[in-house]
Amino acid sequence: MKNNKTLQYILIGAALIALPLILQMFGNAWVRIADMALLYILLAIGLNIVVGYAGLLDLGYVAFFAVGAYMYGLLSSPHLTNTFAWIAAAYPNGMHMPIWLIVPVGAALAGLFGMLLGAPTLKLRGDYLAIVTLGFGEIIRVFMNNLDHPVNITNGPKGLDQIDPISIFGLNLGKKLMIGDFEIASVSLYYYLFLSLVLVTILISHRLEISRIGRAWMAIREDEIAAKAMGLNTRNLKLLAFGMGATFGGVSGAMFAGFQGFISPESFSLMESVMIVAMVVLGGLGYLPGVILGAILLSALPEVLRYVAGPLQEMTGGRLDSAILRQLLVALAMIVIMLMRPRGLWPSPEHGKSLKTK
Amino acid sequence: MDVFFQQVINGLVMGSMYALVALGYTMVYGIINLINFAHGEVLMVGALTSWSAIGMMRDAMPGAPGWVILILATLIACVVAVVLNYSIEKIAYRPLRNSPKLAPLITAIGMSILLQTLAMIIWKPNYKAYPTLLSSTPINMGGVVITPTQVMILGVTAVSLAILMWLVNYTRLGRAMRATAENPRVAGLMGVKPDMVISATFVIGAILAAIAGVMYASNYGTAQHAMGFLPGLKAFTAAVFGGIGNLSGAVIGGILLGLIEAIGSGYIGHLTGGVLGSHYTDIFAFIVLIIVLTLRPSGLMGERVADRA
Repeated sequence: MKNNKTLQYILIGAALIALPLILQMFGNAWVRIADMALLYILLAIGLNIVVGYAGLLDLGYVAFFAVGAYMYGLLSSPHLTNTFAWIAAAYPNGMHMPIWLIVPVGAALAGLFGMLLGAPTLKLRGDYLAIVTLGFGEIIRVFMNNLDHPVNITNGPKGLDQIDPISIFGLNLGKKLMIGDFEIASVSLYYYLFLSLVLVTILISHRLEISRIGRAWMAIREDEIAAKAMGLNTRNLKLLAFGMGATFGGVSGAMFAGFQGFISPESFSLMESVMIVAMVVLGGLGYLPGVILGAILLSALPEVLRYVAGPLQEMTGGRLDSAILRQLLVALAMIVIMLMRPRGLWPSPEHGKSLKTK
Repeated sequence: MDVFFQQVINGLVMGSMYALVALGYTMVYGIINLINFAHGEVLMVGALTSWSAIGMMRDAMPGAPGWVILILATLIACVVAVVLNYSIEKIAYRPLRNSPKLAPLITAIGMSILLQTLAMIIWKPNYKAYPTLLSSTPINMGGVVITPTQVMILGVTAVSLAILMWLVNYTRLGRAMRATAENPRVAGLMGVKPDMVISATFVIGAILAAIAGVMYASNYGTAQHAMGFLPGLKAFTAAVFGGIGNLSGAVIGGILLGLIEAIGSGYIGHLTGGVLGSHYTDIFAFIVLIIVLTLRPSGLMGERVADRA
């Protein structure tokens, strides 16, 4: 029995490692889809800490993603050196900060923003919190859009470009790697980076879930007053949930910026926040396999649909293009899945540990 | 000082539209505790339907005066919005009434995206010029300018609010609604049919949203499939601001929010020495919201919402 399980893990691991190598034969676009799916898994797991474990509905999660992405973008693109003479003087070769500096700083900053947002909203519950976080997401986006004058910090709607690709231990992930005659495309290298990040995140998240803190979060989710009566410091715990969730968002944001090489406020719309919440809830709130399933379904499937949408577009005279079709299907999926399985596609098996109706 | 009064007028006009939409949110929330995310889309469908109706009517009866066409178009928009909102509730919310709390919220967001997408397919994604049907000569009142459309908006809002207040406070349906909001089970024992009351709430909300949609489009002169999102969001903010579940709170919240936005965007340039411009208008609503909720979490007029989750 135990052997079987080990074998299973080895097989899954081998499949995950082989996946991009197989996909890249069909074209790098397919590997990109897998990369984006992994990024969304990262985001969904982060949000799951806030929404799934602690039961705080956060509709502005993409703001933390944006903070991480802009942090990376600013510290490793020519934008700051082009705009400010004194920075250009300090870094004559351009600011190419190492990833070991940017990612912790980005994560810490996002976490700080998470706490800042959390602090005034802790007294609020449920829907109030949802609307405040939603507002916070919009505020961040408005600032990103407008902070190009009087001092050009974010470059406004034009966004930041020429962002350095991520490089780790001297290996530049932006270039393809040749091992003998075998070629590993840049997107596949990113795939391995994201995959290892996802594995680490799953590990952290799982350990959190079964830890004292995780149990305390779930107690707050089920009944805050009872949790308080049991001696839990609900204020600090909720702040911690916000901060932890935001940190994951910041890390994935930095990865996103390095991966894309270009970021603009458009990538951080409310729609993205909504999609991440939908991933968590559709998959199965508070249950890691469910959350991962939800993230894969909602991120990868619509991308795959893009390839079948071409003929459809011709049939309908251009009214239904792939983007519209994708949006339509996501919306329908959200409605239909919720109607059929209100607790998500793959809900947590333990009874009495989910969000209950009041 | 003229600038100030001008911004007050603009704020009142915006605020009265927020108030109409906020009432729809607050009534639904008061009864079934759900943020009806698709409410802004009902506004959008109302506006676009009336746009199509106006186009058709202008072709069919070229001589008809503008206000007749506008009234007819509003009526058509109301009917479409009512059918739509009624079906949304029946299809997407009713089956989930006893499900985990987040489930209907997700279907509501799904509905909102679905409606936007369908509207984009039906009406195409471009911005449509919304015709000015009333006289466009502005009325000048001692340096302050107000257009006939804006006068109409204020008038229509006042009448709609009066009818709504009468409906809620002095009719059997209104009493049933208040009872259901207070306690659905007990109301059911007293012979109120909760499903009927909930449907009625969505119908009333749809009418208000459609009216607001027509006026919103007339005021700005454009209509588009994404136009419902921002007013929807701000109207919800207004509802929370006033104390969600409270009808007069929604009205006061809406009007105050409109005023704060108009005055804020009118003066922010001066106050910050030109550093921040009026394109920061949209974040006023949220900053106000965060401040209010921090200082007074149950909203301005809310009293019985202390611990609703």
